[in-house]
Amino acid sequence: MNEDVLKKVQSNPKFIELVHKKTSYGWKMSIIMLVIYYGFILTLAFDPKLLGTPIAAGSVITIGIPIGVFIIVSAFLLTGIYVRKANNEFDTLNQQIVEEARK
Amino acid sequence: MKARLTSLTAGLLAALPALVMAGEAMTGEVEKQPLNISAIVMFFIFVAGTLGVTYWAARQTKSASDFYTAGGGITGFQNGLAIAGDYMSAASFLGISAMVYEKGYDGLIYSMGFLVGWPIILFLVAERLRNLGKFTFADVASYRLAQTPVRLFAATGTLVVVAIYLIAQMVGAGKLIQLLFGMSYGSAVILVGILMMLYVLFGGMLATTWVQIIKAIMLLSGASFMAFMVLGKADFSLNHMFEMAVDAHDKGLAIMEPGGLVSNPIDAISLGLALMFGTAGLPHILMRFFTVSDAKEARKSVFYATGFIGYFYILTFIIGFGAIFLVLNQPGMMETVMKNGKEVTQLIGGNNMAAIHLSEVVGGNLFLGFISAVAFATILAVVAGLTLSGASAVSHDIYASVIKKGKANEKDEMRVSKMTTIALAVIAMLLGILFEKQNIAFMVGLAFSIAASANFPVLFLSMFWKGLTTRGAVLGGSIGLISAVVLIILGPAVWVDVMKHEAAIFPYKNPAIFSMTMSFFFTWLFSVTDSSKQAAEEKARFGAQFVRAMTGIGASGASKH
Repeated sequence: MNEDVLKKVQSNPKFIELVHKKTSYGWKMSIIMLVIYYGFILTLAFDPKLLGTPIAAGSVITIGIPIGVFIIVSAFLLTGIYVRKANNEFDTLNQQIVEEARK
Repeated sequence: MKARLTSLTAGLLAALPALVMAGEAMTGEVEKQPLNISAIVMFFIFVAGTLGVTYWAARQTKSASDFYTAGGGITGFQNGLAIAGDYMSAASFLGISAMVYEKGYDGLIYSMGFLVGWPIILFLVAERLRNLGKFTFADVASYRLAQTPVRLFAATGTLVVVAIYLIAQMVGAGKLIQLLFGMSYGSAVILVGILMMLYVLFGGMLATTWVQIIKAIMLLSGASFMAFMVLGKADFSLNHMFEMAVDAHDKGLAIMEPGGLVSNPIDAISLGLALMFGTAGLPHILMRFFTVSDAKEARKSVFYATGFIGYFYILTFIIGFGAIFLVLNQPGMMETVMKNGKEVTQLIGGNNMAAIHLSEVVGGNLFLGFISAVAFATILAVVAGLTLSGASAVSHDIYASVIKKGKANEKDEMRVSKMTTIALAVIAMLLGILFEKQNIAFMVGLAFSIAASANFPVLFLSMFWKGLTTRGAVLGGSIGLISAVVLIILGPAVWVDVMKHEAAIFPYKNPAIFSMTMSFFFTWLFSVTDSSKQAAEEKARFGAQFVRAMTGIGASGASKH
């Protein structure tokens, strides 16, 4: 990448927008995942009995089981949401930046 | 409390993927099983098929880029399967289902730790990595820093992690094959070594990836079938399945709740860090991101990988519960052995065989053979990926970039990587035989901690922090590497279990929370205090690096076949 292209991209408001959007979105999603996971780990460390509560009276299934499955599914859903947003919004913006840099 | 802590840490370390769980049960004597003919026949079909793939791949593998990254022509979906394949090792299949079989709910806790690292890799690392790198993660770490010291550091980090991981896999493979096939330990290790060498040597990344994909599909279909049959035996009612399991298990209702394995927050968080960020520092996983054509495909690969891995863990959970009511205490499944002078009743071949026995119950002898062959195939595919990433660290980072200063011709570079592949295969076989009695749980834990403490901080800061300098990266990363090793040696896993001291000097089994912090801190400290002219230039180059990381302008593309 030569100096010229570099300057062009860096001063492009779309680039600044992309950086801002992508970075803050990436961190936001990471924090959601960390909160979900460490929320679970801390519950486990400090109040494991809570997870052993049956989901309904007389049922052997405890709330820990749907919660566990939820965490696994949430990891997949979060990646899906991110990929969707990145494929549409970020990539469109990125495409424009790349094209404008060629001019 | 003490006992709880020990079981916590033992259990947590056991949660590491690869062969840890298998490791726990396999540290003792493994009894050779009778020759399993249908398993061996299935396995030979798999080997013949994958060697065919290798032959096909060899004809397409001409350039260095073909060899290291399959020419960058793997799609996101294929790469997702391959990454999932790297993760669904024989141990996470046998180990986690055995964990569920023994302890119930606790098994699910382990599965989660492995999975939640993937979204983080996607959100923060995957796309930048793809945009900046070409063949190895050292390409990214050394992007704007001094080539020689940073590449040497990164190659050391890679080789240390690969070597330790490879030994663990080899030892695990040898023991597992003894159990599954009734082969001797030495011949099993040599067989694995030779096959992985053939895949890598002739087929490069293309063959390695396809072997991984084929195995991932086989494992996912086999596990799906087992889970389906288990649910079928419970009339497709989850409630009924859990009820039958509770009735069959000695622990009764306790298998439906956490068993107190995670009672210490420091070890729990430390393990979480090692798992989450260790994955993002494992060279053979990072290398997979260079096999796709661009950042978009890299992104998709993580999405598919997370889906497959998550699905797989849910299956192992069902399989584990199925083993409780279909295998536990059933006639012909149990044996009584002497362990530490006590009589113990366990599954034939140990509790790690829960899934294997279950396969026989739900699918007969032929399906048992299939699942055993898949378990073996899994090991082969994982070691091939490890060897390739070790070979690329030597040929691409050390030979081409450090010794030849980036002026090596491609033919020579390829020759070096092939020689390294042979050398690594021989070393892996020798060490595998030498370390037969070694505790693999400890070795895999070490590999993850080093990856999280040495490779990850440098890689992460090189992409996210303008202020990183060569001095900071090399010194900080090295401190991370050394502190991870030292703390593990002073910790209970080595100081007490291996060296037989009374009490550990460092109380935690997993050092990541400390060694990672030190690595980040010293990388920061040695960078901000670096006022050399070189450091100023390195900081100035961040702008261009950042533009490429974000937009992909100038990133290396796929070679067209």
